[in-house]
Amino acid sequence: MTKNALHIEGLSVAYQKKPVLCNVSFEVKEGQLVGVVGPNGAGKSTLIKAALGLIPSLTGQVQVYGRPYKQQRRLVGYVPQRESVDWDFPTNALDVVVMGRYGHLGWFRRPGAKEKRIAMECLAKVGMTDYADRQISQLSGGQQQRVFLARALAQDAQLYFMDEPFVGVDAATEKAIIQLLQELKRQGKTVIVVHHDLATVEEYFDSVLLLNVELRAYGLTRDVFTRTNLHQTYGGKLAFLDREKVSL
Amino acid sequence: MIERLASLFTDPNTQWILFGCMLLGLCSGVVGCFSYLRKQSLMGDTLAHAALPGICIAFMLTGTKSMLLFLIGAGISGVIATFGIGWITRYSRIKSDAAMGIILSSFFGIGIVLLTQIQHSNYGNQSGLDKFLFGQAASMIGSDVWTMMIVCGILLFVCALLFKELKLFSFDPGFARGLGYPTAVLDQLLMFFIVIAVVVGIQAVGVVLVAALLITPAVSARYWTDRLGVMVVLAGIFGAVSGALGTLLSSMVQNLPTGPLSVLSATAVFCLSVLCGPRRGVLSKYYQTARMKRRIQTDNSGQSQSIKEGAAS
Repeated sequence: MTKNALHIEGLSVAYQKKPVLCNVSFEVKEGQLVGVVGPNGAGKSTLIKAALGLIPSLTGQVQVYGRPYKQQRRLVGYVPQRESVDWDFPTNALDVVVMGRYGHLGWFRRPGAKEKRIAMECLAKVGMTDYADRQISQLSGGQQQRVFLARALAQDAQLYFMDEPFVGVDAATEKAIIQLLQELKRQGKTVIVVHHDLATVEEYFDSVLLLNVELRAYGLTRDVFTRTNLHQTYGGKLAFLDREKVSL
Repeated sequence: MIERLASLFTDPNTQWILFGCMLLGLCSGVVGCFSYLRKQSLMGDTLAHAALPGICIAFMLTGTKSMLLFLIGAGISGVIATFGIGWITRYSRIKSDAAMGIILSSFFGIGIVLLTQIQHSNYGNQSGLDKFLFGQAASMIGSDVWTMMIVCGILLFVCALLFKELKLFSFDPGFARGLGYPTAVLDQLLMFFIVIAVVVGIQAVGVVLVAALLITPAVSARYWTDRLGVMVVLAGIFGAVSGALGTLLSSMVQNLPTGPLSVLSATAVFCLSVLCGPRRGVLSKYYQTARMKRRIQTDNSGQSQSIKEGAAS
C-alpha cells in the first residue's frame, strides 16, 4: 500500500469576516501529480499557503508523511507565484537556486562549493545552465519560473507545492515544467499544482481537486473531471467549456 | 582654511567627530540596503521621527543624556510606532503609506511637545537636547563615539552572521517562511537595526535628516552592482565617505553644519551613481541605446541594399 504524502483535515481560512477556505479535508497518496482547479477567488493559492503555514488558518491540521507539517519541513518544497517577488533584487540565477539549500544548511552557515554544485545540477535539469550568472531581472518570465523550479529541486523534497507555475510562460517552458513533473513522479515524489488552464488538466494530472471555497470534488482525473462537477465548481461561469466542446 | 583642515588631524575632538560621522554613515548605509530592498525606505523616516518622543521620555525619566538610554527609549517608541502602523493597515482601509504618514507626524508632534516641556523645566543639563531636531555633530564627545562603536560593531557583526537569512528574507519572505524561518523575528530585527542606525545618527544629523543616510547610500550602491554582498559593502563605504566629507567640509568653512553636509555629500554620491553607474546609469544607458541604434541602422541599410540588388538582377 502506498503511503499518504499529505493529509489535510478540516482546513479553514478567513480574511477578516469573509471565509476563503471552508473545512477542506483530503489526502494525497505518494507519487501523485495533483492539480488544484477552481475559479478565481476559489482559494487555490490560499490552500497551498495555509498548508505551508504562510498564512494563519482558523482551523485544521496538516500532516506530511504521517506527522505534523512543522516537524517535516525538510520534506516539503515550495514554488511560489512568480509575481510574489521583486525580480530586480541584486542577485543572479545561481544564487536564487542556492537559496533552496538554506533549509539544509541551517542557521549562520554560508553556502559553499557543495551547495553551488547542487544548484548547478538543478539549473541543468530545467535547461538553465547557461544563465547561472545572469542577473535575475534580465531573465524572461519563463526563465524566471524555471529558476524558481530549480530552487525547489534544490530543496530535495518529497512533497512539492507549486503555485501557478504555468502562468505567463512560453511553450518551451511549459513543456520543460511538464517533463520535470513527470520526472519527479518517476522518483516517487508528490506534486500539488495550482492550475488554471482547464484544457490541459487531463493531460497533466493524475488526480484533480476541484475547489471553490469548499472542496467540490477530489479523485482520479478521469473520475472527477466531469462536466457536472465542473459546472458545480464554477457555477455559471463555464460557458466557454460548452462552446469549445472540451471532450469530457 | 588650511589650518582648519590641519586641525582635523591634530585636534582629538574633531577626530572623534570625523570618526563618529563615518561610523553612522557606515551603519545606516548597511541597514538601509535591506529596508530599501524590502520597499520600506519610508520606514527609516517614520522610525526617526518616532524616536524623538522615546528619547525625550528617556531623558525626562532619568535626567541623564546617555546614548544607551536613548537607544532603549527610541527602541520602545519605534516598536509602538510599527505596531501602530500594522494595526492601522490591518483594521482599516488605510494603506501603509498613509498609515506611516499619520504615525510619523503624530509621534513627531508628541516629541516636539515633550521637547518644549523639557526646555522650560529645570533638569539643569537639558541644553543640547533640542539639537536632536537638526543635529549637531560638534556635540559628540569621545564617550558617545565609543558607544557608537560598540553598537555599530554589534550591528555589523549580526548583519554578517545572518547575511544569508536576511538576503532570503528580503528577496522572498514567503519562501523563507516555508523553510521555517521565524520571519516575524527577522522583521523585528531589521526594524530594530533601523532604530539603532537612527539613534546612532540622531545626535549628528538630527531626526529630520537621518533617514536620508539610510536611503541614499543604499540606492547609490544599487547603481554599481548586481550582487547583494557588494551592494551592502558599497553602501557602507558610501555612507562612511559621506560622513567624512561632511565633517571635512564643515571644518574647512565656518558656520557650515556637519550633519546636513553629510547628507548633501550622500546626495552628491547618488547623483554621480545615477550618471555613471554601469548598466543602470544614465550615461551607460544612453551609450547602449546609441550603439544599438547604429547597429540596427547599419544592418538595415545593408539589408535594403541587398534587396535592391536582388530586385535589379
